[in-house]
This record gives sequence, C-alpha cells and structure tokens, in this order.
Amino acid sequence: MSRQASRLVTRALSGGGHRSTASFRPFSTDLPAAPSEDTAFVEAWRKVAPNIDPPKTPLAFMKPRPPTPSSIPSKLTVNFVIPYQSEISNKEVDMVIVPATTGQMGVLPGHVATIAELKPGVLSVHEGNEVTKYFVSSGFAFVHANSVTDIVAVEAVPVDRIDPSLVQKGLADFTQKLNSATTDLEKAEAQIGVDVHSALNAALSG
Amino acid sequence: MASMAAAVPFWRAAGMTYITYSNICASLVRGCLKEPYRSEAAAREKVHFAVSKWANGKPEKSSIRSDSHAE
Repeated sequence: MSRQASRLVTRALSGGGHRSTASFRPFSTDLPAAPSEDTAFVEAWRKVAPNIDPPKTPLAFMKPRPPTPSSIPSKLTVNFVIPYQSEISNKEVDMVIVPATTGQMGVLPGHVATIAELKPGVLSVHEGNEVTKYFVSSGFAFVHANSVTDIVAVEAVPVDRIDPSLVQKGLADFTQKLNSATTDLEKAEAQIGVDVHSALNAALSG
Repeated sequence: MASMAAAVPFWRAAGMTYITYSNICASLVRGCLKEPYRSEAAAREKVHFAVSKWANGKPEKSSIRSDSHAE
C-alpha cells in the first residue's frame, strides 16, 4: 500500500512540474493536429498520374479540434449524440449540467478535462435564459481541455415525453420485485429498475 | 491493495456487464414514454439475427432470433 502511494506521489509531482518528463502524457487536445495529407504519397501520385487529383483520405475531411486556449473561453461547445441521432452538434452554450454517477456536475467553459460516467438522470443545457432538459438513460460525458464537451448516451428523451403514470407503475412494480427477489442477478435487475424509475420521477417533478 | 480499487457498482458485483446494465436502463426509459414516442422507440429495440454452430467445416442447425417474424 505504501509502495503504491509513494509511486503515485512521485508521478503527481513530475506531472505537475515540467511537461517534458517522459512519464507525462498529453491530452488529445494538446497534441499538434495530424497532417491531413501524406506529402510523400501525393508527390508520388503526381509523378505517376499528373492529370488526376490524388484521392482524399478520411483525415483530410476532418476538422482538427481547436487547441487548448491560453485564456478561458466564454462559451462551451457541446456535442450530444445518441445512437440513432445527433441531438446537439457544435452548439455554443453557457453551461451544461450532466447527471454523473458522482452527482449532478455543472460544466462551465474552462472546466478541467474530465471523463464522467452518467447515471439515469436529467441533462440540462443552459444557453442565455433558455434551458433544454433531456432525460438520459446512461452514457458518458467527456470534457476536453479546450472546452468542448462530448456527451454520448444510449437513450435520451426530452423530459416532456415521459408519461407519469407509467413511471409510477414501474416504480411500484420494481419495488415489489426488489422485495421478492432471491438471486443476486434478480436483485440487481430490480435495483436498476427502482433507480431508473426514481430518477424518472425526480425528473418529472424537478 | 484492494482498498485502492474504486468501489464496485452493485450490478458488476452481481455479474452483469456495463453494456447489459446500460441496455436495461435504456429499455426501461423507452417503456415510460408517452404514446407516439413509445411505439417508435419499441421499433428501435427489435433485433434480427441468425446464429449457427459450425462443426467439421459445415454449419449445423441454425437458429434465427427475430422480433419481426416467427420462424
């Protein structure tokens, strides 16, 4: 235990000091963008087929992410996607509150880079005076050092699409299943049901 | 050393993987939606795949799992 602790302490010291120590790994947003075309390939192509344009590779279509700015930007860029749809794409907002497993986490521009696992709960996007709320079933939120936030969820619905009577019924069903569950797996499933329905309930009333 | 590990979530302790947990959460949420959205969401959950075991280079009996037609 003490061996690991001393290793962690020395790593924290070396990471917090220079950025040039070998053990320090940069964030993805701090690296220089990969070149969008391979110059050796393009030159060889032009020698062989000067009349035809060289093919474009996927990297040429990608816009590089903005590097970490030296001063805190004024707005947060949010990308919110679910498997079948892109809800929010490159939108500039003031703040996003995500339902992380460690609690509701507010993300403001200049937030430290974080990866958060989401629990069933309400995601709210604040832009000026308007707030858009979605209920998220589970997923992840990645906050990058350059104030771009990517949120991925398996299922997300605007809060006004939730049916209160079904939520109450589900909550009652699963609470009853939790009491009568025998195996670990049944208990876990019933517990998940209770958690999700309580979160839905809280979303409807909050 | 075990105290350095993060607390294990209850579903992991019961033997469930994160994907199973996440899919259960998603289908529970889909089940609580208001009417037109609920049927659209149910359509999203349908799966159709065929599974077959192979032996000696030949496929044996294959079972087709599908929500769209019984076979």
